[in-house]
Amino acid sequence: MYNYDIVVVGGGPAGLAAAIEARKNGVRNILVVERDRELGGILNQCIHNGFGLHIFKEELTGPEYAERFIDEFHRLEIEYKLDTMVLNITEDKTMKLVSSEYGLMHVKAKAIILAMGCRERTRGAINIPGTRPAGIFSAGTAQRFVNMEGYMPGKKVVILGSGDIGLIMARTMVWEGAKVSAVVELMPYSGGLTRNIVQCLEDFDIPLLLNHTIINIKGDERLEGVTVAEVDSSKKAIKSTEKFFECDTLLLSVGLIPENELSINAGIELDRKTGGAVVNESMETSVAGIFACGNVLHVHDLVDWVTEESRKTGKSAAKYVYEQPSEGGRTIETIAEEGISYIVPHEIRTKKVEDKIDIYLRVDNIYEDVILLIKTDSKIIKRIKKKHLAPGEMESVSISIEDIISGGAKLTVEIEKGGQ
Amino acid sequence: MFDIAIIGAGIIGTMISRELSKYKLDIILLEKDNDVANGATKANSAIIHAGYDALPNTIKAKTNAEGNAMFDQLCVDLSVPFSRIGSLVVAKCEEEKKVLTELYERGKKNGVPNLKILEKEEVLQMEPSLTNKVAGALFAPSAGIIGPWELAIALAENAIENGVELKLNYEVKNITKEKDYYKIYCDEDYLEAKYVINCAGIYADKINNMINSPYFEIMPDTGEYQLYDKSVGKLFNSIIFQCPTDKGKGVLALSTVHGNFMIGPTSERVKSKENKGTTRRGKDFLKENIRDLCEEFPYSKIITAFTGLRAKVISEDFIIEETGNSSGFINVAGIDSPGLSASPAIAKMVVNILNNIASLEKKEKFNEKRKAITQFITLSDDEKSELIKKDKRYGKIICRCENITEGEIVDSIKRSVGATTVDGVKRRARPGSGRCQGGFCSPRVMEILTRELNVGMYEILKSNKGSYNLIKRKVENENWSGENV
Repeated sequence: MYNYDIVVVGGGPAGLAAAIEARKNGVRNILVVERDRELGGILNQCIHNGFGLHIFKEELTGPEYAERFIDEFHRLEIEYKLDTMVLNITEDKTMKLVSSEYGLMHVKAKAIILAMGCRERTRGAINIPGTRPAGIFSAGTAQRFVNMEGYMPGKKVVILGSGDIGLIMARTMVWEGAKVSAVVELMPYSGGLTRNIVQCLEDFDIPLLLNHTIINIKGDERLEGVTVAEVDSSKKAIKSTEKFFECDTLLLSVGLIPENELSINAGIELDRKTGGAVVNESMETSVAGIFACGNVLHVHDLVDWVTEESRKTGKSAAKYVYEQPSEGGRTIETIAEEGISYIVPHEIRTKKVEDKIDIYLRVDNIYEDVILLIKTDSKIIKRIKKKHLAPGEMESVSISIEDIISGGAKLTVEIEKGGQ
Repeated sequence: MFDIAIIGAGIIGTMISRELSKYKLDIILLEKDNDVANGATKANSAIIHAGYDALPNTIKAKTNAEGNAMFDQLCVDLSVPFSRIGSLVVAKCEEEKKVLTELYERGKKNGVPNLKILEKEEVLQMEPSLTNKVAGALFAPSAGIIGPWELAIALAENAIENGVELKLNYEVKNITKEKDYYKIYCDEDYLEAKYVINCAGIYADKINNMINSPYFEIMPDTGEYQLYDKSVGKLFNSIIFQCPTDKGKGVLALSTVHGNFMIGPTSERVKSKENKGTTRRGKDFLKENIRDLCEEFPYSKIITAFTGLRAKVISEDFIIEETGNSSGFINVAGIDSPGLSASPAIAKMVVNILNNIASLEKKEKFNEKRKAITQFITLSDDEKSELIKKDKRYGKIICRCENITEGEIVDSIKRSVGATTVDGVKRRARPGSGRCQGGFCSPRVMEILTRELNVGMYEILKSNKGSYNLIKRKVENENWSGENV
């Protein structure tokens, strides 16, 4: 049995930032476990720029952004194991790890930080009718083939879903010499960042078909084409609008799902809406001493926010390892009301917050010129004017602890429409 | 010159090959595709039926219950996942309960053991997740679940172990009758055999018509299925069938041998023998029917949907016979449900037919055992450690959803009937069968295939000929160079 103060599961942006911050807060005995063959996680395949505007005030590519953390991680001499998989985590924080090099390892940790990231939804999960030929890839898999391994998935492409990876891959495939006929989006708006719609689609004249979906897949061995149709307000395909697009490749960017299989086995309570753990202000899950951050907690739009959240988590885990649990104070529940799809964290223990707390949230639709209303019980503590809110963009709100302590047992966030 | 050529390496062809490999015979098993178990065998209900369904005095009735009883030994010998979890035909009203009595009587005539009609309370006790609209059920404890393609692959491996030769990518284009043997052509290539056994599934009519006058026609019928995540795998304990009514046969629901929940099939007559697509109609139909069995079913847990083709014939019974006008040519055709369940008994019938034309002699040595791929994740901690010490590749997890190691994938490629494609590896070792459906592991699996088979990435197919995964880049100016040319 190996003993560690903190074991971090995942060496992507979340795991790296959390481990670095835990070390800076005095924890010596940390282990980061990474299942891939290098640190950096999914950033390694995101060779486009646009990362780091908030954290570093400059535009970096994914690998550059990762490199800054990997360099610091090595400077701090934090222990890590690559090509190593966590098979199991129990509630008492013992873990089973496996790798070719070390075999089967039993590890006991005082605290665990879950930073496993997310996976992509598949064609099967959205159950598109048709055949099952080669040539259907999730956008992220195609991105790995093209950017990391130098292979081309196909030459005539249709993309389903306008999440950020889908948008980025539309541009990448054009640059690589493919033709991208369309990006098809079921919703009346894109799930991606506005800047990606402009830079990846509009600049390359790739049509974005909103309110459209793919209703059939054709091709026995390799994909031959897809049938696209417009949908009505109840998301049913309109027969008269059906159109066949010849293509040899279909990329899917239809949502990301936090990878919480280990968390479920550890008995951690999950939020149905985010797909991630239910956490408190310290990013601690329902199992004491197990923390979660990054895309395994909730899917982020920008890696900068992952870093911010993970730093906070690393610091909390360090406190958990070294400090006596403090009693007292109140626990405030956060509640997503009108127009808000979720809030992280789910609860705030007032005693644990120093001066202010950042909450992260996403809205459930496109809103223009609205007010984000933050209340405790019925008392309004913040009114934030917003010109534009979209489900594809995460919002963060900083709230002073004074405001929370003086209020009730619930902190609610809602959208006040037409409120100027 | 071979003694016997078997056409088609699905469950029937492989089962017959293995059975005949017990005798002193030179046997060749021919398959048009690049892998065995590539037709109906890879897309069906994966059930070993009890045998109450077939009308008495049909070949189906005779072979189903008999075949069912043979699976315990077979699956132990071949290390194939099989579990007798029993089945329930669920009636929802008095009218349907009458059907249960009919099935019960029919089952008894067909020799199905231990059938029992259960009352509502007993059913709900066995299946708490079942709709409480249930009125009663027919319980058949001998029904079981199996890995159908695992079985066919295991049979093929064991047959080869016992001397059978397997020829993949050999699509029979013509057959001619010589004096006392047959010539079987694949384009220019041909081989010779004294006896031919036609197990060509949905193409059995085409093969028959090469040598005989047409006397049956395969009319394919599609069945769509849906597979759900393991988190709903334990919804039901037994195989649940809807009660057959005038409107249709109903659907079935079960937990697969790998712990996933499965529901299906639809039933639709189709024109094309290559029609393997799922449909919106099928999707809606299955959704409606599962709601009929379990009101609050979590549809969002779906992993994938697929379609299988059944080799139906008009008589609706199996055709297992030596054809009258050409001695030594045996048709094993029209093998739709319960073909998988009946397959060991079908193989016995074929042996008997052959024994009548050419007296067969048993081999002194027949190895009935076949070892399965070691599943790392199912081992104890000590066994895991030992295995990694022996072979480091078992310490490397390639498929994160199902925890499948490099060692297992390499084993699946290196076997006598080894995988050569991404789907081939998936069918043998299961990487990509989980919730991410290969999103993370398929590039790694392709890499391992290239290394083990010593071929390039572009040559790695998803499944059949033409199902290429990656394309070669075009060189647009002459200065561009690279390995992708």
